[in-house]
Amino acid sequence: MNFETIIGLEVHVEMKTNSKAFSPSPVAYGAEVNANTNVIDWGYPGVLPQANKGAIEFGMRAALALNAEITPETHWDRKNYFYPDNPKAYQITEHDNPIGRNGYLEIEVNGETKRIGIRELHVEEDAGKNTHNPNGYSYVDLNRQGTPLIEIVSEADITSPDEAYAYLEALRQTIQFTGISDVKMEEGSMRVDANLSVRPIGQKEFGVKTELKNLNSFNYVRKGLEFEAKRQVQVLLGGGEIKQETRRYDEATGTTILMRVKEGAEDYRYFPEPDLAPLTIDDEWIAKVRAELPEGAKARRQRYVSQLGIEAYDAEVITQTLEMSDFFDATVTAGAEAKRAANYLMGDVNAYMNDKKVELQDTDLTPANLAGMINLIEDGTISTKQAKKVFKAIMEGEEPVAYVEKNGLKQLSDPAILQPIIDGVLDANEQSIEDFKNGKDRAVGFLVGAIMKQTKGQANPNVVNELLMASLNAR
Amino acid sequence: MNYFETDLTKLHNQLVNKEITSVELTEQTIANIKATEPKVDAFITIAEEEALAQAKAVDEQGIDPNSLFSGIPVAIKDNILTKDILTTAGSKMLHNFKPIFDATVVEKLNNAGAIMVGKANMDEFAMGSTSKNSYFKMTKNAWDQTKVPGGSSGGSAAAVAAGEVLASLGTDTGGSVRQPAGFNGIVGFKPTYGRVSRWGVIAFASSLDQVGHLTRTVRDNAAMLNVLAGADHRDQTTSTREVPDFTANLNGDIKGMKIALPKEYLGEGVSAGVRETILAAAKQFEALGATVEEVSLPHSKYGVAAYYIIGSAEASSNLQRFDGIRYGFRAEDVKNLNDLYIKTRSQGFGDEVKRRIMLGTFSLSAGAYDAFFKKAAQIRTLLIQDFDNVFKDYDLIIGPSAPSVAFGMDFTPEDPAELYMYDVLTIPSNFAGLPAISINAGFSEGLPVGLHIIGKAFDEDTVYRAAYAFEQETQLFKQVPNLGGND
Repeated sequence: MNFETIIGLEVHVEMKTNSKAFSPSPVAYGAEVNANTNVIDWGYPGVLPQANKGAIEFGMRAALALNAEITPETHWDRKNYFYPDNPKAYQITEHDNPIGRNGYLEIEVNGETKRIGIRELHVEEDAGKNTHNPNGYSYVDLNRQGTPLIEIVSEADITSPDEAYAYLEALRQTIQFTGISDVKMEEGSMRVDANLSVRPIGQKEFGVKTELKNLNSFNYVRKGLEFEAKRQVQVLLGGGEIKQETRRYDEATGTTILMRVKEGAEDYRYFPEPDLAPLTIDDEWIAKVRAELPEGAKARRQRYVSQLGIEAYDAEVITQTLEMSDFFDATVTAGAEAKRAANYLMGDVNAYMNDKKVELQDTDLTPANLAGMINLIEDGTISTKQAKKVFKAIMEGEEPVAYVEKNGLKQLSDPAILQPIIDGVLDANEQSIEDFKNGKDRAVGFLVGAIMKQTKGQANPNVVNELLMASLNAR
Repeated sequence: MNYFETDLTKLHNQLVNKEITSVELTEQTIANIKATEPKVDAFITIAEEEALAQAKAVDEQGIDPNSLFSGIPVAIKDNILTKDILTTAGSKMLHNFKPIFDATVVEKLNNAGAIMVGKANMDEFAMGSTSKNSYFKMTKNAWDQTKVPGGSSGGSAAAVAAGEVLASLGTDTGGSVRQPAGFNGIVGFKPTYGRVSRWGVIAFASSLDQVGHLTRTVRDNAAMLNVLAGADHRDQTTSTREVPDFTANLNGDIKGMKIALPKEYLGEGVSAGVRETILAAAKQFEALGATVEEVSLPHSKYGVAAYYIIGSAEASSNLQRFDGIRYGFRAEDVKNLNDLYIKTRSQGFGDEVKRRIMLGTFSLSAGAYDAFFKKAAQIRTLLIQDFDNVFKDYDLIIGPSAPSVAFGMDFTPEDPAELYMYDVLTIPSNFAGLPAISINAGFSEGLPVGLHIIGKAFDEDTVYRAAYAFEQETQLFKQVPNLGGND
């Protein structure tokens, strides 16, 4: 019997608003424990939530970028549960009326484009963090408590672990290009839960699904889903039954392990949040947010190819991250030739980042300096060989024109200086002139090498070539 | 200082003219509270030191001639946060809780120069209509100490009625300011929902809670709303609407005012004495030039049931934060986290609070939501429509603020729902968020009867005008209880 796999993904993304969703505390990763908290985050008696309009607008950005319909009339709901990382014992979320519905995301798998539906997007608040110390005590850090999240729920349109991987890649990129989040799995600003079921091909009803947790990278998502699909098929083929349960992915063994069996849905006693007024989102507001939405990756790729003459593959590489794409745009705006800017970013800059294990923003390179260096190459002031030295310097924050000046790296392009040198070299190499006349092209290379040697490599090879050919033909 | 023979304006003038200092006034007030407390038990905390320090600071700065409350002692219900001063909400759960900030209303009173002399007793977490549900003490009715003061703001009402202070803050979720004001023959006011900030008020039912205030006279009451009202960015349910001077139109003229008297408000369950007193009050309004006509609010009878579902549902969620982890009471000898939650909440909450948490939790649970919470929300909509219909043709609605006068301290019905019926007349205005007042309408069985006047949303002005005209005509506020302690 052949089976097909059905996957749905729930992705939580932390949104980097200045302040929290319902309190004025700052949102920042890596602060001292409980430093970014106030009475609202503590669930102190007498406090009330203060809804941050920015969190709603970021949620609208995500919904618009994922082609979803914005819900015009929405309100906040309370989701009730006890846990120390949730001090008021309810999470403020959008249960009844999510900010966005019926969106989609296009992915490419094996060269084919497929549309994955987005069922809904909810804005909600994050919980704090508990750490359990071997000394028997648990510690609560509420810095993360109240950070706005957007929860993105896909339709069960994903039919393989590879598609799930492609969906997550596309989602990460799409969200990143809205500017609302860093979308980093390793920092927890993107988190993935997966639902998977299998059914014999041809069967209409869905099989019983299991939920996978502890999926800490895209790769683990793929591996976990692969394992889980096989496990379910084996259970069914062995005459067994799939139970509705939550399983955690075990990174060490690459398997999924039972966490808990779901006995009916958990009862969170949702009800409308009475401390916050309902929200009306009119067309004007939507238009404003749409206008502020940064250009998406796809649009940028198209622009790079059609307007800047960049190869499609290169455009793809540059738009891998928002940071790289923004940097590229800024470099071109600063006057750099686009193809050369793209090549530098994909080549030398990328190699530098990999070598030093840093992000673009952690280097001292600026778009202006990169553009400055490229212009020096383009106008012949420096050779690409000389550029290697200049590149190292601009990565350390040096200004390229001043650096070239200071280090005498200028290329020799003046014929008045080069001609006597060429004449001297020709006079000393009668045999090579003979060889050239006899059709031996090799002789030219030898002569260029001799000229470069005399100029300590500073001669502009194009000018040298031109002058040398004229001189040879004249003899 | 005898608070029975003065009012805010007179006292203010004495302070401005330096006939008395705020420190002297505060000292006398505290001495009188100490003498009166054995009879009424209105306070959980008397903040003597803090009050005198505050009064001294006001004296040093000079009484502000533009602020009626400058140097005036007030009492505050114990579910309203006062910085560094015990705030218990009448519960064992917060028996040791000293907040780190002031509620917005406290901040406003401080800014007006008021002196906070103490924290008033109340039903635990404002749940009750007798103030007997307090963990700390039983407050008594100022007129008869064998009777309840009403609740939940029973301490706030008894303190004003017994002449301990001139004004106090309460909170009103289903009548908790107006019903005890009625039982004690004073003026209790619940503003329009959103008129006064709830920031720093320990929540009971967020969609119904409003800070209210209690005074001996209508003018004092309106003056207090001038201080308390206004938008607050820390409470996003407050209105940005302009705040008028609520004392500006108190002139006794209510000619042509159209008053509705719903037949449901004088129906079954309302005592004969109360009914007669309210009918006499209606005649009084007519004599003053208003018209009074009978109307119907047909869904009133469902109000109590809907209230105990919605109020308890919101309370069950609001009170979840009391878990023993960050503040307040924590149970000893616990085995694990769940055990800590269960023991803390089992031992820290009283019976009535636990009853409502259970009722509310049930009403919101998956199997019961549609039949209970959702149905109650629909009833709420119908009650609001009832009011909208009447207010198309009338300026005000009147009735009693409770079905009877204050009952005995020992009245403890088998079925707690019997006590819930004491809120039947005040609940609908909380559901609709409407402003409402209770003033003394006369006496029955020797105890005060509260006259309840409900206005349109944000039309506090008309409510005050009518209440003032009635008060000035009847002069009932001059009748005061005999506690023997005041001289």
